[in-house]
Amino acid sequence: MMKQKDLILYSGLIILGLAAPFLFSAFKVQLTYLCVLIVLAMTWNLQGGEMGYNSFGNILFYGLGMYLTASVQVGMFFPLAEWTESGGEKTFVHTTAQYFQGIGVGLLVAAIIPTIVAGAIGYAILGLRGHYFAICTLGLGIAAGEIAGGIEIIGAGQGFTTPPFPAEIVDPEARGQFFYFLSFFVLVVAFVFVKYIYGSRFRLILNAIRDNEDKAEAMGIQTMKYKIVGWMCSAFFCGLAGGIMGGLIGYIDSTDVAFDGREMGVFMVLMAILGGKGTLWGPIIGATLFHFFKEGLWTFILGWQYVALGVLIVVIVVYFPEGLMGWLREKYPDRFGETIDEKDRKAQVELK
Amino acid sequence: MDFLIFKAPILMVQASLDGILLGILFALIAYGMALQWGVMNIINIAQGDLVILGGYIAYTMYLAGIHPAWGVIVSPIIMYFVGWALYKLVINKVVDRDLFISILATFGIAIVFQQLMNFVFGADVVVAQSEYGTTMLFDNSVTLPNSKIFAAFISVLYAIGLVIYMKRSRLGRAIRATAQNARAAKILGVDTEKVYAATFGINAALCGIAGALISITLTLHPYVGLPYTVRSFMIVIVAGLGNLPAVAISGMGLGLFEEFADYILGTEFRIGAVFMLLVFILVYRRFKLSKKREYLK
Repeated sequence: MMKQKDLILYSGLIILGLAAPFLFSAFKVQLTYLCVLIVLAMTWNLQGGEMGYNSFGNILFYGLGMYLTASVQVGMFFPLAEWTESGGEKTFVHTTAQYFQGIGVGLLVAAIIPTIVAGAIGYAILGLRGHYFAICTLGLGIAAGEIAGGIEIIGAGQGFTTPPFPAEIVDPEARGQFFYFLSFFVLVVAFVFVKYIYGSRFRLILNAIRDNEDKAEAMGIQTMKYKIVGWMCSAFFCGLAGGIMGGLIGYIDSTDVAFDGREMGVFMVLMAILGGKGTLWGPIIGATLFHFFKEGLWTFILGWQYVALGVLIVVIVVYFPEGLMGWLREKYPDRFGETIDEKDRKAQVELK
Repeated sequence: MDFLIFKAPILMVQASLDGILLGILFALIAYGMALQWGVMNIINIAQGDLVILGGYIAYTMYLAGIHPAWGVIVSPIIMYFVGWALYKLVINKVVDRDLFISILATFGIAIVFQQLMNFVFGADVVVAQSEYGTTMLFDNSVTLPNSKIFAAFISVLYAIGLVIYMKRSRLGRAIRATAQNARAAKILGVDTEKVYAATFGINAALCGIAGALISITLTLHPYVGLPYTVRSFMIVIVAGLGNLPAVAISGMGLGLFEEFADYILGTEFRIGAVFMLLVFILVYRRFKLSKKREYLK
């Protein structure tokens, strides 16, 4: 049963989440971004932090979801090739019902197909370990972007305009609110799911794989099966997040928006590390901090933001690899339900 | 099959020559990567960006009115110090750590480099004109820029020089000793910290040479570094660490693959093909090893 303290915390957060677009009405787009970033960081953490498979390639599922949502949304009602050729909205107009039907089915497809893709390539890719896995997924993500940039039907190099929000809804707030609540809903689902995993045997298996895969296998765990399932979980939410972002941004470019390894692909890794890999709250805190930092600073250092990002990556990774939660854990171990044997600790210090 | 390359077989000669000459250049970059991977156990994602930076040094000389070919001497000298400084600033803190940390940290360095180059040199595609002319072969149906031949020649020259240096010189011996067993080397009086800095510097210098050669044979752009990293990574995992003939051969193989992919799939899929090849090579190795219940280490 949920403890009372938790109940208050969660209901407080949900109320805050529901009220946020009305309280900070001007920041709805940023809040939507925040939700998506948290989802990405949290699900990256599932296999990056818990399973120890540091993927640079989850952007593959994100971009795939983005393209799929938009393609389904258009393709359900209009010929896709003509849409992209004419630059989108000029020739065809979605009615309100068509728009919402399209995005609903689109998001469904965007969640399912990347999951299937992850399952299909999982057996081959997840057999690689450590840095080979990291580089291989990096290659996958970039290859996907390059290949998508050469496919005519989804706009090739000139990009793909996603259907605009129906013009029949005159309320100017509606678009922002719709995307915010959509992303918030996905965030809540993702959190409940990840929270459930954190309390399950599945997490222990993932941790066993991270700590020593050979031993885990020797203990009779079918590691490959669990690795694939873990990756599929990430892919599911990455696809959804991508679909929402595609609708929000309104324009898909193969390498700068969809398979954006230089931004989103790094962000999700960075956020999870900043907050603390392998913790439930770490990625959430990391993503929130990162987003505030980014939104607050980006405009002041216009043009220099990538330099700042690069320096930030180096600093976090080199000096702060355990992240915020790791640091807190070191400092206040009893808060995390860990006890440290004083004698043991002293003995270790003396050994040094 | 209605591909142009099968209709006009002479294009195969063109593609092969281009590929082999290009491959030698890739092999030079890969050799640098193998060197620092073997010695310091670091995967440097910024490798390609070091190459591009080296290229921009030669390009700057070209703008200043000096022939860019002199870049193959100037660029490595400057890049050696860039590499050395990079080591002192960041790399020395990731040497003994998890490989993933070195990947991420160098990824950060790569982003910084890209952006700084973008500021300084602009986002245009540039090329330094060497004005070496072109050699026509087979009744003018195969064109071969002399700059490519020059680039391959210089690469081979530098590679031979480096091999001799690594075999004969004191520092070369120290580097090889550290690669074999850093701890033992340290006990026997090798200043491993210095060796690491020198190794990273040499790697950056090799990138500088390759970059200067790329500036006259291919094109430069601030954001095209990553494909060079991936190419060299690929060559190293196929050839293994510290096996120079294998590095050269797999470099040429990669060059051939790229040129043929360019003709068959189209230029827009060229980089995509390179990255897909990386995935295929890794997956192939993985299945081959998993038959013996092993995995890539």
